[in-house]
Amino acid sequence: MTRSDAPALAVEGLAFRYPGASGVVLEDLSLRMESGERVALLGPNGSGKTTFVLHLNGLIERQVGSVIVAGLPVQDGNLREIRRRVGMVFQDPDDQLFLQTVRDDVAFGPSNLGLRGAERDQRVDDALAAVGAAALADRNPYQLSGGEARRAALATVLSMQPDLLVLDEPTSGLDPVGRRELAELLVTLGSTQLIVTHDLPFALATCSRAVILDRGRIVADAPTRSLLEDRELLGRHRLEWPIGFDLAR
Amino acid sequence: MSGSHRGNLRRLHVAVDSPVHRLDPAAELVGTVAFAVVVAGTPRHAVAVFALEAAVLVVVVVVSRIGARRVLARLAVVTPFIVFALAIPFVAHGPRTEVGGVPVSTEGLWAAWNVVARTTLGATAAIVMSATTPLPSMLEGMARLHVPRVVVAIVSSMVRYVELLAAQLARMRTAMVSRGHDPRWLWQVGPVAASVGMLFVRSYERGERVHGAMVARGFTGTLVVSDRPAVATADWVAALAPAAVSAVAVVVWVVGR
Amino acid sequence: MLVAMHAPDGFLGPGVAVVTAVISIVVIGLALRHASAELDDRQVPLAGISAAFIFAAQMFNFPVAAGTTGHLLGGALAAILLGPWVGALVVAVVVVVQALLFADGGITALGYNVLNMAIVPAFAGWALFLLWRKVMPRSSGGVVGAAGLACGMTVVLSATAFSIEWLFGATAPIPFDTVFGAMVGVHALIGIGEGLLSALVVGAVMAARPDLVAGARDLSAEEIGDRRPVGARAFAIGGVLVAIVFAVVVSQFAFDDPDGLERVAQDHGFIDRAQDHAVAGSPFADYATRGIGNAQLSLAVAGLAGVVVTLLVAYGLTTATRRVPPRWSLHTTSSS
Repeated sequence: MTRSDAPALAVEGLAFRYPGASGVVLEDLSLRMESGERVALLGPNGSGKTTFVLHLNGLIERQVGSVIVAGLPVQDGNLREIRRRVGMVFQDPDDQLFLQTVRDDVAFGPSNLGLRGAERDQRVDDALAAVGAAALADRNPYQLSGGEARRAALATVLSMQPDLLVLDEPTSGLDPVGRRELAELLVTLGSTQLIVTHDLPFALATCSRAVILDRGRIVADAPTRSLLEDRELLGRHRLEWPIGFDLAR
Repeated sequence: MSGSHRGNLRRLHVAVDSPVHRLDPAAELVGTVAFAVVVAGTPRHAVAVFALEAAVLVVVVVVSRIGARRVLARLAVVTPFIVFALAIPFVAHGPRTEVGGVPVSTEGLWAAWNVVARTTLGATAAIVMSATTPLPSMLEGMARLHVPRVVVAIVSSMVRYVELLAAQLARMRTAMVSRGHDPRWLWQVGPVAASVGMLFVRSYERGERVHGAMVARGFTGTLVVSDRPAVATADWVAALAPAAVSAVAVVVWVVGR
Repeated sequence: MLVAMHAPDGFLGPGVAVVTAVISIVVIGLALRHASAELDDRQVPLAGISAAFIFAAQMFNFPVAAGTTGHLLGGALAAILLGPWVGALVVAVVVVVQALLFADGGITALGYNVLNMAIVPAFAGWALFLLWRKVMPRSSGGVVGAAGLACGMTVVLSATAFSIEWLFGATAPIPFDTVFGAMVGVHALIGIGEGLLSALVVGAVMAARPDLVAGARDLSAEEIGDRRPVGARAFAIGGVLVAIVFAVVVSQFAFDDPDGLERVAQDHGFIDRAQDHAVAGSPFADYATRGIGNAQLSLAVAGLAGVVVTLLVAYGLTTATRRVPPRWSLHTTSSS
């Protein structure tokens, strides 16, 4: 199934509506990502970003279209492997860190993959080291700062050694230093990443390519800088630079 | 009816090192329950046995190095029952005894003593356990005692989120107070109750998101995994010693009467 | 007596402790199975966080009068929001954790504490809620009103359940009538606050996410939209009236002391020798059934109260909810 030349992510003609709801949330959405790429997914509130993201590891059952992760289609029978491949970092770290210690949470994924003992411990240590959170291992998630919680949440999926990292609004609730540190961390990780955000400076700092999702479709796909320079395009999709921010500087 | 004593979950554990802290949590749980059962089963007239049980507990508290003052502070939980107990001799029926010139029910006196002794001893045992066992270890202990894994997982989620929700509620209360809302009477309770309703909605939605985060990492129904070996015999012996000593004392008292 | 809700170790006799423990374990075991069926593997985070919610709500102080505060018990409220099975499970978890971690309620008292605070409120509260729903309009306001009345009355039922347990496991020579009168009297007052708070909480949830109220799942969108406000003040006045009725009934038992000769006989311990053991199982059983000087009447009252509680619990058990539909189904590996 998996071919080395397969794109990291290939989404084709995805459409979705919530059962019982009238409007469609996703409409003929297509997106392709190559291995090693970092792509920013921009879009206003209610554009369908989170719904789209939940399709990538099959948390929402696909209705129309296809989602293929590194050559493996997201469908019944593949879900266990898909969830290993797609590391999903949710918007609120308190949703992601549900156990009593950071170490337990980072070990949760590997445990579900069937790893035990030294092998699992190694995964946990590596993941914590990768995000610079080794010192947080025995802390309770409730006691972490925003930046610490975000890094711990990232470690909980890195320990599953995913092929594709998906981050939903990773900068929400972070202070400026936390934001900068997270941007640096994501760049050094070097994995394939889809970063869902409406934090435009953050998108520029981390991703060379950006796409805009609005009303369930990809409406723009370009290098991040050129896309963000098109203020008229941004304005049409309820996106704008922070007040007083000058892209030229 | 005050809930203020139910403080911070994380502050229950007293982080010092002692033989009691090092006890296997599974053994300590069983030992605590066994001790509470023996205390509850000690005949009310066996004052000497209660004294022995208290002495055993004092030894455990000293060995555990959690500090008598902390134990006493947390024993405040049982104050309402002590107050209630003091009322029993006056309410109870039966033959009367004079205490300081006031006629009180003899059996009522014994009943009051019974409530005070059992409540204090049982509560102290529970306090020692939660002070010497961090929450994650306690959950692991429950899992190893074959408490159904769903129950352990539910308790684990509850313990994880209770402070978060309490903090959310407190922030809503702060936002109300800062807008001049200072309810003093039951009919002014509307906004406060509404905030509790909102908390339920947010909690439930968080539950759905947490479930998503669990499933995204391959959740199969188990939250608490334990790699620890079986409980060592020495731990069983140490943990059950207080209950065993007390049980022997009860038997000796009953037989010797 | 209000404190007897979180009863400590040895508060009731060992027989009652064991019997109620067995009943509680069986019912909570059933609740686990039903919760699994209703929620699948969502039950771990949903029941866990709902338990955290009840715990947090109990920690929160509400104003009662002149700045004094009280707190929510939440047993029936949990059933109305989550359905009786999940509600009973969630509150039982809270009660057990409070005993183990906070020494709040005895470990050996868990049998009757879980029964009185989780199981009776969940199922009897659910039954009362369904009964009140029948006489209330099919609207948000009807759900809120039924919730308030059911939650308030459930507090009294819990107190009744405790009184009946006292009959079988009294640890002091206090007659059933006194215990019943004091418990029901005090809890009728607590019930006013509990009912009012619960109604307002349910109202807030109905306004935001009516689909989350298990007890309102049969309502159509139009019926939910029919939102007549429930005035807190009017509700409080109604609650006070109910409480007065309770109090009048209860005072017949609570303050009807034995008169002259009988009192002397009691004080000198004649009557306990003269009377037969009406209820076995406790050294104070003969006291427990005495009070207004008539064991038969006491027993009749206790028996009637027991029948009412049992019928309500049984009705709640048999009418418990169907599967709770998720907003959308998360695709789990176990289902694939």
